[in-house]
Amino acid sequence: METIESISTSQKYIELFRQNRDLIGTEDPVFLTKLREQAIRSFEETGFPIRKQENYKYTHLEPVFDGEMSFEFMPRSISFDNQELFRCDVPMLDSHVLTILNGFFYNPEGPALFELENGVVYGSLKEAVLRHPGLVSKYLGKNATLDNEAFVSLNTAFSQDGIFLYVPEGRELEKPIQIINLLLSDRNQMVQHRNLFVVEKNASAQVIICDHTLSPHLFLTNSVTESYTGENSDMDILRLQNEHNNSCQVTNTWISQERNSRCQHGTITLHGGMVRNNLHVKMQGEGAETNVLGLFLIDKMQHVDNFTVIEHASPHCTSNQHYKGVLDDMSTGAFNGKIHVWPDAQKTEAFQANNNILLSDTAKIHSKPQLEIYADDVKCSHGATVGQLDEDALFYLQSRGIPKNESRLMLMDAFAHDVISRIKQSSLQGRISELVGKRLRGELSRCNNCAMNCHD
Amino acid sequence: MSKANHMLEIIDLKVNIENKEILKGITLSVKAGEVHAIMGPNGSGKSTLASALAGRDTIDITHGKITYEGKDLLELAPEDRAREGIFLGFQYPVEIPGVSMVNFLRTAINEKRKYLGLDPMPAGDFLKLMREKKKVVEINSDLTNRSVNEGFSGGEKKKNEIFQMALLEPKLAILDETDSGLDIDALRIVANGVNNLRTPENATIVITHYQRLLDYIIPDFVHVLYKGRIVKSGDKHLAKELEEHGYDWIKQEVEHGDN
Repeated sequence: METIESISTSQKYIELFRQNRDLIGTEDPVFLTKLREQAIRSFEETGFPIRKQENYKYTHLEPVFDGEMSFEFMPRSISFDNQELFRCDVPMLDSHVLTILNGFFYNPEGPALFELENGVVYGSLKEAVLRHPGLVSKYLGKNATLDNEAFVSLNTAFSQDGIFLYVPEGRELEKPIQIINLLLSDRNQMVQHRNLFVVEKNASAQVIICDHTLSPHLFLTNSVTESYTGENSDMDILRLQNEHNNSCQVTNTWISQERNSRCQHGTITLHGGMVRNNLHVKMQGEGAETNVLGLFLIDKMQHVDNFTVIEHASPHCTSNQHYKGVLDDMSTGAFNGKIHVWPDAQKTEAFQANNNILLSDTAKIHSKPQLEIYADDVKCSHGATVGQLDEDALFYLQSRGIPKNESRLMLMDAFAHDVISRIKQSSLQGRISELVGKRLRGELSRCNNCAMNCHD
Repeated sequence: MSKANHMLEIIDLKVNIENKEILKGITLSVKAGEVHAIMGPNGSGKSTLASALAGRDTIDITHGKITYEGKDLLELAPEDRAREGIFLGFQYPVEIPGVSMVNFLRTAINEKRKYLGLDPMPAGDFLKLMREKKKVVEINSDLTNRSVNEGFSGGEKKKNEIFQMALLEPKLAILDETDSGLDIDALRIVANGVNNLRTPENATIVITHYQRLLDYIIPDFVHVLYKGRIVKSGDKHLAKELEEHGYDWIKQEVEHGDN
């Protein structure tokens, strides 16, 4: 039964692609046409993961992909008023703000691609494909593999736009890029966009991605972000998920790291109906370092599944993973953290921690570390905990006159703070702290009072 | 016994923990300005009494009454007891990573002020108050920049309890084995702190196993708790006697009395 359904849902997407082939990537260079064909073939072979597959055991996505949704092969004009939708209560973050509206780069009054004198390029990926086909083809689809990756394959076949960022050798992006992913529609809609970040040797960049829903419709997002980190370069990516509870989001982030590069990737999930975050980091050069952070706060029927694969493909690389979750009501979560140490990757140091707090008897979390170690001189450790709030700590705070509810909030805040304090940029720490505090107090139900200040 | 004079009145208090009776009928009255010491061997129920006063919900009060300033204490939530002026100095202060001392103390002070119908304390006044009270327990300044009790030494944790007491200015302080694990210097500092905070309006209950803390904090009354009952009460000389002869003679007295 499951298999038959699985074929039909997959078939639906294959047909959707074939029937609309002439609408997808109308200006594609040859390499991209080939990539799409390769991707749809790969998807045909793989199909949607069914629950029997270990990697998707806790998150059953196929029924969501089977739902009735509208697909758009070109941007539909939507009138929306920034002022109306975003009301901000703290000063604007100093960043280059780029907007993606329903999967397409949105900047009606400005250029699609910004090209700075120092060689830095950022803006629409679609535009970058046209203007810099050589550069894009060198990296696009190189990190994110199609093999056995149904969601990457599907995205590669369908996606037409997203954000492109290029920082050439020795350059520094002086201000962070802030990508605002907006979902706004008058109907249920599926969106697939793609980001490509390239930070060359001795360069550095910081990207903040904010996912928002602005209308109450059912949104399904399947996004892919590829990030290439050159030798001795620095890359920080922080993703802030704040979609409504009627949305489903699958993110696929593929990071590759060259020798001595440093990467930080954070995923903060404040709201979302069903969220699956796939993160794949491959340290292919010696001495690379990666720090992965995750924090989710869920209640009601929300579901968040963080699935990470950290590949130590070279010696002397270090990885740290800290994932934390707070779950209330009937919410469910999963963490699957795989550390894969290749045979030659001696002197690997890999650390993983996953801590969860269940606030109700009905919330559930599945935590699964997976270590595959093929080298012998390595230091690897992992730890997972599931617990309640510390009753002794709660009583201690109460005994000083702090009401129980406020004491609980303080403890939850403290629990989350452990992840937030690891975010490199201290200016962001304060903002995220504030958002998490609001979320815990139930004051953050929509993005228009979000502290990230996407628009002023 | 004139009730009006009593700040705290415990009448025939019986307490169970996990269905085992730990306190078997405690009666005790404390007036403003008094210092009471509660002594006794391990396992006699001293900390359970402290928990009952502070409102810990892991214990089960099966019988009796506690009146504090004319109010039924058992009806009050732990936070309300604190805001009414009761302070428990913990035997084992808990470490709370991620909650900063400053945020914790400011919240505690302002919650109390809110309860009393006062506006929050201005930040400047709060910092000044902190500086002032740190001196009471000879706390070095960086303690307050850390998370609550996190990584504090045993002595620092106990000093921190008295520091909180100094900030919150309770009417009734219950110090549960505040002397345990302290070296003689720390003991002196903690005891001086308590003595400095003494006024004719507040009262202190000092719970201790050893007499040595009572060399510094001179009690008006000493009660010996044994097997869940107060078996002997006296003045400060009783503590001396216990120091010299240990608890065995009391135990024997009780056993013989029982038979």
